Amino acid sequence: MCYKNIKVEIDDDGIALVVMDIPGKSMNVLDADLLSDLRLFADKFATDDNIRGAVIASGKPSGFLAGADLKGFSSLKDASRKEIFTSVMEINQLYRAFETSGYTSKELVNSEKFAKPIATAITGHALGGGLELALATHYRVCSDNQQIKLGLPEVQIGLIPGGGGTQRLPRITGLQTAAMMMTEGRPISPDKAKEYGFIDHVAPEGAVIDAAKEWVRNTPHATQPWDRKGFRYPGGGGAMDPRAIQFFMPAIALTRHHTKGNYPAAQAIMSCLYEGSILDFDTALKIEAKYFTKIFTNIVSKNMIRTLFTSREAAQKDRVRPVGVQSKVVSRVGVLGAGMMGAGIAYVTAKAGVDVVLLDRDIATAVRGKTYSEKIVEKAVGRGILRQSKADALLERITPTTEYSDLSDVDLIIEAVFENTQIKADVTRRAEDVTADNVVFASNTSTLPISELAKASVRPEKFIGIHFFSPVDKMPLIEIICGEKTDDKTKTMALDYAAMIGKIPIIAKDVRGFYTNRCVPSYLNEAMLMVKEGVSPTLLENAALGIGMPVAPLALLDEMSLSLIDQVNETTKSDLGDDYEPSEAEDVVACMVRLGRLGRKSKAGFYDYLEEGRKRLWSEINKYFPLAEKQPSLADVEGRLLYAQLVPAAVCLDEGVVLDPQSADLGAVFGWGFPSWMGGPMSYVDMIGVEAFVKKADEFADAYGPRFAPPISFRERAASSTPVYTCS
Amino acid sequence: MTTAYIYDSLRTPRGKGKKDGSLYEITPVSLAAQVLESVRDRNGLAADTVDDVVFGCCSTVGEQAAVITRMAILSAGYGDVTSGLQLNRFCGSGLEAVNVAASKVITGEADVTIGGGVESMSRVPMGSDGGGGSVDPAVAMDMYFVPQGISADLLATKYGYTRNDVDAYATESQKRAATAWADGRFDKSVVPVRDVMGEVVLSKDEMVRADTSVTALSELKPSFTQMGRQAGFDGVAIQKYPEIEAIEHVHHAGNSSAIVDGAAAVLIGNKAFGAQMGLKPRAKIRAMASIGSEPTMMLTGPEFVTNRVLERCGMTKDDIDLWELNEAFSSVVLRFIEAIDIDHASINVNGGAIAMGHPLGATGAMIVGTAIDELERSGKGTALVTICVGAGMGVATVIERI
Repeated sequence: MCYKNIKVEIDDDGIALVVMDIPGKSMNVLDADLLSDLRLFADKFATDDNIRGAVIASGKPSGFLAGADLKGFSSLKDASRKEIFTSVMEINQLYRAFETSGYTSKELVNSEKFAKPIATAITGHALGGGLELALATHYRVCSDNQQIKLGLPEVQIGLIPGGGGTQRLPRITGLQTAAMMMTEGRPISPDKAKEYGFIDHVAPEGAVIDAAKEWVRNTPHATQPWDRKGFRYPGGGGAMDPRAIQFFMPAIALTRHHTKGNYPAAQAIMSCLYEGSILDFDTALKIEAKYFTKIFTNIVSKNMIRTLFTSREAAQKDRVRPVGVQSKVVSRVGVLGAGMMGAGIAYVTAKAGVDVVLLDRDIATAVRGKTYSEKIVEKAVGRGILRQSKADALLERITPTTEYSDLSDVDLIIEAVFENTQIKADVTRRAEDVTADNVVFASNTSTLPISELAKASVRPEKFIGIHFFSPVDKMPLIEIICGEKTDDKTKTMALDYAAMIGKIPIIAKDVRGFYTNRCVPSYLNEAMLMVKEGVSPTLLENAALGIGMPVAPLALLDEMSLSLIDQVNETTKSDLGDDYEPSEAEDVVACMVRLGRLGRKSKAGFYDYLEEGRKRLWSEINKYFPLAEKQPSLADVEGRLLYAQLVPAAVCLDEGVVLDPQSADLGAVFGWGFPSWMGGPMSYVDMIGVEAFVKKADEFADAYGPRFAPPISFRERAASSTPVYTCS
Repeated sequence: MTTAYIYDSLRTPRGKGKKDGSLYEITPVSLAAQVLESVRDRNGLAADTVDDVVFGCCSTVGEQAAVITRMAILSAGYGDVTSGLQLNRFCGSGLEAVNVAASKVITGEADVTIGGGVESMSRVPMGSDGGGGSVDPAVAMDMYFVPQGISADLLATKYGYTRNDVDAYATESQKRAATAWADGRFDKSVVPVRDVMGEVVLSKDEMVRADTSVTALSELKPSFTQMGRQAGFDGVAIQKYPEIEAIEHVHHAGNSSAIVDGAAAVLIGNKAFGAQMGLKPRAKIRAMASIGSEPTMMLTGPEFVTNRVLERCGMTKDDIDLWELNEAFSSVVLRFIEAIDIDHASINVNGGAIAMGHPLGATGAMIVGTAIDELERSGKGTALVTICVGAGMGVATVIERI
């Protein structure tokens, strides 16, 4: 037998060890070649009497099997639903062949035939299709390395499990656990999986295959629970079991509550669980494959795969990295300013294994900046997801100081001081005084043009913008902004640093606000304009949440604090002088500031903050901004909130503030929480069609003001029916 | 079209729908059979007089499944020739059964029919029949399903009925029901339920609490707060009604319909039947209607079906002397009074389900009887009977005293 992607060794006990190891790839993915090898083996396994059992393992240190090959899957993009269904069923038939030795369910249930035992030895991540393969074996052993991730994360890119995951998992763990794992998509550790029951045994690293073999050796025949007579769902299942009804009613409501009905995959997973629990196993697999096909061909999954997987991966690899330029590997970073942002930057940098000098004016502040990291690792250790030794090492890397001289041997300085040109100029000079000529100086400014700030630098070619988002450890995006004089080496170092700390970089042009801070204020201003017009704040907030914004605009303004918004407005006004274009929304900010309703920190803003963390919209806002007698439709409010993001994003693409639609979408989704089901502003425009976008934007411009007018290049696209993404 | 006349109506008393309720030991087939026996015997009908019997029943599983009506017919000793139909329109089943039974007379399909309903909520709990509406994700998620209690609270929130408003309505309902019983206003219709030995186990509604007060009710904890907040139902309701920031949970056991057991029967026939049997008709059916309404708010159907049924018979609200609306929850009636713009004094004058209980499949038929009795007692002419229905529906019937 000649396999290319698996190695098969049969030992003296007749146990076949199947090691998946795709040549030339760092990770096993379920592609057509691996499938065909596994198919060959499955047939041999069923028919060869010399093989009495098998263990499936991986030859890759990176993981067991990462699931279906999404890139390969994209070749199915233009396939008909029937063809996709057929492909998915082929995987199901293969998996089924492993657990049944090729017999029918009826033969097994009636004990006419017996399946050979087959186990999996999991020594690395088993996700999606990888975990599904493991679930289709009779016994699962996992290494005790708690960093190993086990899960069915398909929902996170808008898909559902398609290899039996929605059927096998609930038949092992019960509906509730399976629903949680699949609708949230969060992977879990081996110990947790053992607790849930879908890992049978956790063995020390190095002893996993032996443990799996041991089980096979001692097991003459094996049958999956669902191929046994009288199988019942653990914890109840089906349409009539009161326990299942008690589960489904709230679970469905919670799914709608959380997804707002925008994510069809979550609903499809629930449907697979519900319908599958009524049916026999083989029909249930078919239903799952049909839902998979339906979801896979849905535009939402296409949007999500493009931005959350394809564009993200490309940005994190080399798409925007200058060709042929090498930069020094960052091994020591100076962070100036130990406030909220500086502390966060210090944490993510130390976490990536890089030493950090955390500098502030007084030592107490600098130390407090390090405390931020201490709190995070303490929590992680407490939850068992970080070893104490690793936590200690991380904290060891952060040195709080007040001395600029401590910066002498850093490779990169990141400035995160107060958003004021003078203060920034001052720290730039002081840092450059003590550092070598090749040290890169990055500003974490969120709005100020880099070329302006670089004027304070004696080496502007080494000056760059690295804009982090708050909270730094949670927000995955950074904007990288080159000034007029920034050289390619500097840019490369910034990009390499982004890769080290695992952030998604987008390159933004050096204009005030860069990309994200040109779009976000537009959205927040639109919300405040509606308040001013007398739109019900409740309707406004619910409309934003309804389209999928993670936080409603007035709530977000309260979190950011209205005094901060007021300050930014004032700074911009004084920086721009006559060029400043005031927004009508400033009146709303001014009014709130005058009333001392600054947001959450003053326990009063657009919301009143009650006990137990509850909040209610400020009931007296009507006194200042009376409710309009006739309220707009929900669709109108949603549209304004959405187009207030789409139009500036289109303008930024038009003006080259972002290089391409991918960056525009990544920046929106990962930078300010633009709804991921839409894939980002540009994916959304393509989804509805550029013509429809231009038409709607024009309607809004007529009704509400020229801020909604679409840029010229989009009119041209509309006229020639050219999508924003010319190749997706 | 033939005119359908109501010759008689009767019901069992309503027993507490729990294991300690007086009717818990009585099978639902027996409850249904007992009202069928009574209506036959007190009108002197022969065993084979009735063409068809239509009974509403809501939780059609177990002993209430498989056409309980036919089983009750046979159990009551009717002739083999009488057919039985079981229908389900949730809470509207009993009224719909009366309408269907009347339709059979109106179209000439039958000369004599019985409409009615039965529900033993103590033996076959509400919801035990499953169904896709609440648990099939493909259905429940798309229709923004929330349980009825959440809908009732949504209705109160949307139209601004405070806890005090709903408690005050409930208190008045208890007072009216107690007065009606004390005054003997139900005597004509309520027939005692007997056990297997033939002994009476219940002769009066078991749940009425004459001593209720707003103060007493204000002590009760709202029933749907936890469900609304923790199980996501409030969020679902708000997605459908984004003008609402938070659902105010105001309903509890004391201002919602009580869970009870019971059965009812309404004897319907054409004019010739009455003449032949020497029976005087008590009322005639003027119009009937059913509609669907928004399913998340669920309970506003009576308003819309009332407009429909009035339109059908060319009447206005001013032509209606007496209103009967099932008291599923206080907010349902408060909203109806406001939407139709009628006086509280003209609706549910003898109390309703908050005081006496709501045996799901039977209630609609029971309140037809309540309306006829009250028309006769007060000498009024026309009554409109309506009921709110799960998943957003409404049923209504206009009757005229003869």
